[in-house]
Amino acid sequence: MIREFGADEIDPLAIGAWILGTGGGGSPYLAQLNLKQLYAEGKTCKLIDPLALEDDDYVAVVSKMGAPLVGQERLVDPAHLARAVLVMEDYIGKRFRAIMSVEIGGGNAISPFLAGAVLDRPVVDADAMGRAYPEAQMTSFAIGDLQMYPLSLVDCRDNEVVVTRAASWKWMERISRRVCTEVGSTSATCKAPRTGKEVKEWGVLHTVTKATRLGEAVLKARAAHEDPIAAVLAHEGGKVLFKGKVVDVDRRTTGGFLRGAAKLEGLDADRGSRMELAFQNEWAIGFRNGEPIVMTPDLICVLDTVSGEAIGTETLRYGQRVTVIALPAPEVLLSPKGLEHVGPRAFGYDLDFKSVFAA
Amino acid sequence: MKRIGIDVGGTNTDAVLIDSSTVIASVKSPTTADVMSGVVNSIEYLVKSHPEVVKGLDAVMIGTTHFTNAVVERARLDRVAAIRIALPASASLPPMVDWPADLREAVNPMRFMVEGGHEYDGRPLVPLDRNAIREAAMQIRDAGITAIGITALFSPLTAECELEAAEIVTSVIQDARITLSHRLGRIGLLERENVTLLNASLQSLGARTVDAFREALASVGIKAPFYITQNDGTVALAEVAATNPVYSFASGPTNSMRGAAFLSGRANGLVIDVGGTTSDIGFLVNGFPREANNIVEVGGVRTLFRMPDLYPMALGGGTIIDPVTGKIGPRSVGFRITQEALVFGGNTLTTTDIAVAAGLVEIGDPDRVRHLDSDMVARHLAGIHAMIEDGIDRMKTSAEDATVIAVGGGAFLVPDRLEGVSEVIRVPHAGVANALGAAMAQVSGEVDQVFSGLSREAALAEAEKIAASRAAEAGADPATINVVDTEDIPIAYLPGDARRVRVRVVGAIGSEPSRRVE
Repeated sequence: MIREFGADEIDPLAIGAWILGTGGGGSPYLAQLNLKQLYAEGKTCKLIDPLALEDDDYVAVVSKMGAPLVGQERLVDPAHLARAVLVMEDYIGKRFRAIMSVEIGGGNAISPFLAGAVLDRPVVDADAMGRAYPEAQMTSFAIGDLQMYPLSLVDCRDNEVVVTRAASWKWMERISRRVCTEVGSTSATCKAPRTGKEVKEWGVLHTVTKATRLGEAVLKARAAHEDPIAAVLAHEGGKVLFKGKVVDVDRRTTGGFLRGAAKLEGLDADRGSRMELAFQNEWAIGFRNGEPIVMTPDLICVLDTVSGEAIGTETLRYGQRVTVIALPAPEVLLSPKGLEHVGPRAFGYDLDFKSVFAA
Repeated sequence: MKRIGIDVGGTNTDAVLIDSSTVIASVKSPTTADVMSGVVNSIEYLVKSHPEVVKGLDAVMIGTTHFTNAVVERARLDRVAAIRIALPASASLPPMVDWPADLREAVNPMRFMVEGGHEYDGRPLVPLDRNAIREAAMQIRDAGITAIGITALFSPLTAECELEAAEIVTSVIQDARITLSHRLGRIGLLERENVTLLNASLQSLGARTVDAFREALASVGIKAPFYITQNDGTVALAEVAATNPVYSFASGPTNSMRGAAFLSGRANGLVIDVGGTTSDIGFLVNGFPREANNIVEVGGVRTLFRMPDLYPMALGGGTIIDPVTGKIGPRSVGFRITQEALVFGGNTLTTTDIAVAAGLVEIGDPDRVRHLDSDMVARHLAGIHAMIEDGIDRMKTSAEDATVIAVGGGAFLVPDRLEGVSEVIRVPHAGVANALGAAMAQVSGEVDQVFSGLSREAALAEAEKIAASRAAEAGADPATINVVDTEDIPIAYLPGDARRVRVRVVGAIGSEPSRRVE
């Protein structure tokens, strides 16, 4: 129910998290380096099964927040994530039993490990998305209408802020975003504390293990000179949607998001067909020859056809050979309430959600 | 205008002697383990075959792999000191945190992190800790280290902290050789710091290499000034180049691309340079290689700086074909091709053998490949062409058909017809395009920094002035300097009408350089 998270699981976790990032979530590279540093210094992490949490346990939900460009200079630091947790404990007057991630997709998958290693607290094998999403209300906790405050935010100086209350998830996003900008557009945050009961009821469970095993499957396939994409599909029960090359990428930064579309031209069995992928940080909708064939919350992943490495919306470029696959979304995102938060209409597409995995 | 151009490649060292734009002589010889003796051999050959050139020679341009080799071999590197000005930010990932352990051991660094640096919007992060820098400088001095790299938070936007730190360090260590990160790299603290520290570690080798070249040239009676070729397709006076060895990391492929542009008369298009072991595909824009915007690994270190955008492929004239599986490469017989390839009486099937069997080129003894099954030859040839097509397609930026210029000793592997290509251009002297590119090179000066408190016109003019003075310092004749590239981006979040201006100028090498080599 609680086990050591091995040093040899760090790379697989990063690889799996990057795939589950569905094009966004930020590269786990710097967080991965940090975690390796901590392990090299003799610190380790434990992973706790969410089902082993008591109903009245308190769980910290950590994530880093800010502009990607700033994150390339002011690098993520475990000490700050740990401080955000301590500030929150101090404010609510309770001790956290464990720490969890808000999103398993991308760099934030590793954030609770950084805080956990510093504070010697276990990491919960769960998150609140089962993937990555760009906005605070796009979580399973928001879908469950759980309380979204308080939130603690710290920077690398001696600045600590607690947002004690907010009128809605959107207000929480606006207020915390403003504070984050003021301290230089990068910060460590501890979101609204969750009880063990809430995590068990509304968390997306066992996603750390899922990401780690997924990464291991990719590494194993590569080492054996087997097709890593086949390994991903077999592991996750995914579907291949399209195989082709990138012929155009249109990106623009609006409202703090990276939006745009990528056009692919079919190769092999898909020769003669085209696919267009629209994105807002993450891949949102895929159109084959103009028809929508895959949409959020199904996980849309773009992988390098040869290496199986995930390719982000920021780094996709002309000429790359890619395979587009879909992986099943967590149940909670597929409910009517879930689709209100993360379905195609939440991204501005007037489409009824239809899963590629629907019978 | 008589010049000698030399390009040291992994397999061959090529040299040409040119008079204006006429190739008078060229020579291709195996690259020697010490690099230098191969260079000397080539120069000696040119001098002996054309003794009159020594007197009238205007310049010697050398493209060398000395610096890349040193990083790859983890040898001949200086002990370095790293000063990072970013605390209390980025403290958990110290300088060189992501270097391969053997390379880090080779430079045996002293590492300091001090408070200071700026935010993305120009505000100081915290006040600069001058005492900590002075303290670090004293420790560095006491350890006998003089190669120092200084990196400050967001220095490509606000360089103040690095400049002030350099002043403090110099006041403590008079013979300090300081590399400042904002002069080399872009946003991305670790990657910029990495290239800064690589540069610092190559200071002694830079100076020694230039001395050795000078002696080598003097030993054959050459007194002309000499230049080192740079990643961007230009040259810098050797002494100037010696202080920024990282700017020579990718000069080989760049020289080939410049040579291809010169030989074909085309300023835009793709260039494929097929060597003995590998090929490089690049993209010419206005006669110069397109720059990479992504992370480029050098010797296992992630860097982000002025490098050409290249797609390397494990395909060359010596690439081995497995006769059973039909797999092409990635191994190559390299310089042993003249013993091991079938056409030279060896026992290894190479891409060159296939090309000879298909009648594409005459090399060695064609009788030795006459027995090859014609279906097999056609199949392998198709495999080679598919690799080339794939590589070219990856480097294109749009779906439109492109022009391709084929150069290098293995250019015969590039077919006349390729999918997505409108025209394959072949040129004379394609085998020494790299050395020619070096010989024809001009001198550049570049500035890439943020200006504030100036109008757009004034900022551009100021940037041009700085770029021109850098070009002159690197050996350009001021009268010939002209702007080849201008880019300016307003930075909305910086105060004072700030804009990032990038200007690049080139000029002909000065006939009377300010620091002519005696």
